[in-house]
Amino acid sequence: MTQEIIITGFGGQGVLSMGKILAYAGLLDGLEVSWMPSYGPEQRGGTANVTVILSDEPISSPVLDQYDIAVILNQQSLDKFESHVKPGGTLIYDPYGIHRLPERTDIKVVEVKATETTIASGNLKAYNMILLGALLKLYPMVSPDTVIKGLEKTLPQRHHHLIPMNRAAIEQGATLVD
Amino acid sequence: MKGNEAIAHAAIRYGVDGYFGYPITPQSEVLETLEELRPWETTGMVVLQSESEVAAINMVYGGASTGKAVMTSSSSPGVSLMQEGISYIAAGQLPTLIINVMRGGPGLGTIQPSQSDYFQAVKGGGHGDYRLIVLAPASVQDMADYVGLGFDLAFKYRTPAMLLSDGIVGQMMEKVVLPPFRPRRTDAEIAKQCPWAVTGKRGRKERNVSTTLELESRTMEENNRRLQAVYDEIERNEVRFEQYMTDDADYLFVAFGCMSRICKKSIEQARSRGIKVGLLRPITLWPFPTGAIADLSKRVKGILVAEMNAGQMVEDVRLAAEGRTPVAHFGRNGGIVPNPGEVVESLVSQFSIKE
Amino acid sequence: MTKEEILARGGSKVNARPSLLLDATMHYCPGCSHGVVHKLVAEVIEELGMTDSAIGIAPVGCAVFAYNYIDIDWIEAAHGRAPAVATAAARLNPDAMVFTYQGDGDLAAIGTCETIHACNRGENITIIFINNGIYGMTGGQMAPTTLEGMKTSTTPYGRRADLNGYPLNITNLVKELDGTCYVTRQTVHTPAAVRKAKAAIRQAFINTREKRGTSFVEIVSTCNSGWKMSPADANKWMEEHMFAKYPPGEIKNTVKDQK
Repeated sequence: MTQEIIITGFGGQGVLSMGKILAYAGLLDGLEVSWMPSYGPEQRGGTANVTVILSDEPISSPVLDQYDIAVILNQQSLDKFESHVKPGGTLIYDPYGIHRLPERTDIKVVEVKATETTIASGNLKAYNMILLGALLKLYPMVSPDTVIKGLEKTLPQRHHHLIPMNRAAIEQGATLVD
Repeated sequence: MKGNEAIAHAAIRYGVDGYFGYPITPQSEVLETLEELRPWETTGMVVLQSESEVAAINMVYGGASTGKAVMTSSSSPGVSLMQEGISYIAAGQLPTLIINVMRGGPGLGTIQPSQSDYFQAVKGGGHGDYRLIVLAPASVQDMADYVGLGFDLAFKYRTPAMLLSDGIVGQMMEKVVLPPFRPRRTDAEIAKQCPWAVTGKRGRKERNVSTTLELESRTMEENNRRLQAVYDEIERNEVRFEQYMTDDADYLFVAFGCMSRICKKSIEQARSRGIKVGLLRPITLWPFPTGAIADLSKRVKGILVAEMNAGQMVEDVRLAAEGRTPVAHFGRNGGIVPNPGEVVESLVSQFSIKE
Repeated sequence: MTKEEILARGGSKVNARPSLLLDATMHYCPGCSHGVVHKLVAEVIEELGMTDSAIGIAPVGCAVFAYNYIDIDWIEAAHGRAPAVATAAARLNPDAMVFTYQGDGDLAAIGTCETIHACNRGENITIIFINNGIYGMTGGQMAPTTLEGMKTSTTPYGRRADLNGYPLNITNLVKELDGTCYVTRQTVHTPAAVRKAKAAIRQAFINTREKRGTSFVEIVSTCNSGWKMSPADANKWMEEHMFAKYPPGEIKNTVKDQK
């Protein structure tokens, strides 16, 4: 199994940390993982993206031009990365702020209303975990339990009270897709 | 963890005595991680944010003169500033580790990854006839492992070593097994291992002086010959490289660092199209794996040197191939990271491969 | 004054060679202040029992060969970088007494950044600063401390503030830094001045041993070759001109130490 994933959107949407949480869960499940961010001024509100690879074999290039899954969170990213999804791959997008919908027919396109759900939930910090919940429902490459275990290991103790909220967000995200 | 973080952890675990550095993207996590880990409270390692890269490399010179294991890290523009100091360190035969997490230039350039400091690293960089042992990590694991390897080689030959990394390997996260902890050397061990160390005389009869100045030309030529003899020995003993799918290869990629990883993916793509390509990845950029490339040049139809620069290592590959097989170059620069498909297309078009 | 009276007042015999001063022919010009300061450094290290712990950092400039004259461990630094070299040597060897010995070009031009930052961090080092207002080794060019109107090979008509800027009083600058514990300006042109300079160097080395921060000892010096004067005239010229801009005396002392 190899999953080559790109998550891309605005800086500040939690793109990099969503990728990090996913990669860390893969690590806990004994998979080979790589996490390659765009870095620099992107962190300050431009577009940010991260390539995450999970595999049961050693990973060659951490940089890719074709992805099994693209999680796309703004229009610029959709314009840039729609053509880079492998035929038969999956494009997950948040329709908020999207004015030109994905057009490809040789891939699976999944809409996840993550922004809308986040606003309704009243917890703006849950956004990327809602997306992660949806992604893992579609592709259970790691289990939500492992994700929570990873959070327990990596979050400083003072933030552990946030873990139940994160678990709820993952569960909520899973309800947004079939 | 990130490659840059792995360097910090590995340095503490190796028993490094001192780190001196100045922040610059994309390697600031090295200093940040060390400050976070506070090794001065555990191993006694000194960590200092200097006022400039110039000061940092001269701190390294000063610390290394006392026999301690000291290191610095920076990125391209900062490493340019360090070149004078590196020349002094090489001339003084001081074991040190210098890390360059390369970004694109010239000038202030970009903070995005690049491999355009190859010439600077392997051909000298500063003034005078000297060499650095140059190791090219391609993974986070390599970043952790080569800290120890770099210091081991530096102390073995009394010469500075460099890790020539880049923004990808520095910033990416991967699984890593950190080396085991070992204690820092005691003063007595340092005195035994480095009888030349400037520590204060401490009962020694003869004083130790760390200097690179010699106005007598004949003596200076002798000093140069001594350095060259060390370099010859390093070239004989320390060439390191990795071969990947070269056994049946019709074509060969030569690539180092992150680019070798990208080429492995390119090999997967090319082979799925029936093009048999292999990879030679130099681990030591100096000493360069000239012999291995020469051998392979006798049996492949062409070599593509893939680098994130305008064509630097390709010169050394051409020298190794000596015209036995065509050597082409593929490069992107300015911080553009090529994707595996581009490399395959370059191979196919430059060698007119019919599928 | 008899020899006994001099010794009773804590002075040393003028002609004795300190045992740490190596029997090498100095390359300094006759009349140069470096020789005297070298002797004082050697005497103080010996008297304080620091022969085994002292590490000297030599500059680039006339004193580049300081390591050939005093029998202790030395590191010869790149031009201007002695305070950075000393920083690491001191931090990595807390038992050592680390000092730099630098001229005005090394310390106040190319190495200003390292000087200011080492002082500001309060590194446990002593900086001995020879200020003679000229580049001696390279043949008498303008130094940052060259006085206005002073002729050098690169200011052949005299230094002009509008062309060359003002003389840099770096000692007054480092006085303002929280990291310095002791800042003083001395000279070595008379026996009395030599004794005072020796006491200052002694105080500085004690501060370094006791880890009190950075000690900074400026020695306003002559360069009779560079100034194109006889040694005696150079001393007179220094008193008349250099002292106006660089008056000798204690500038800052946060620790009053007894012998």
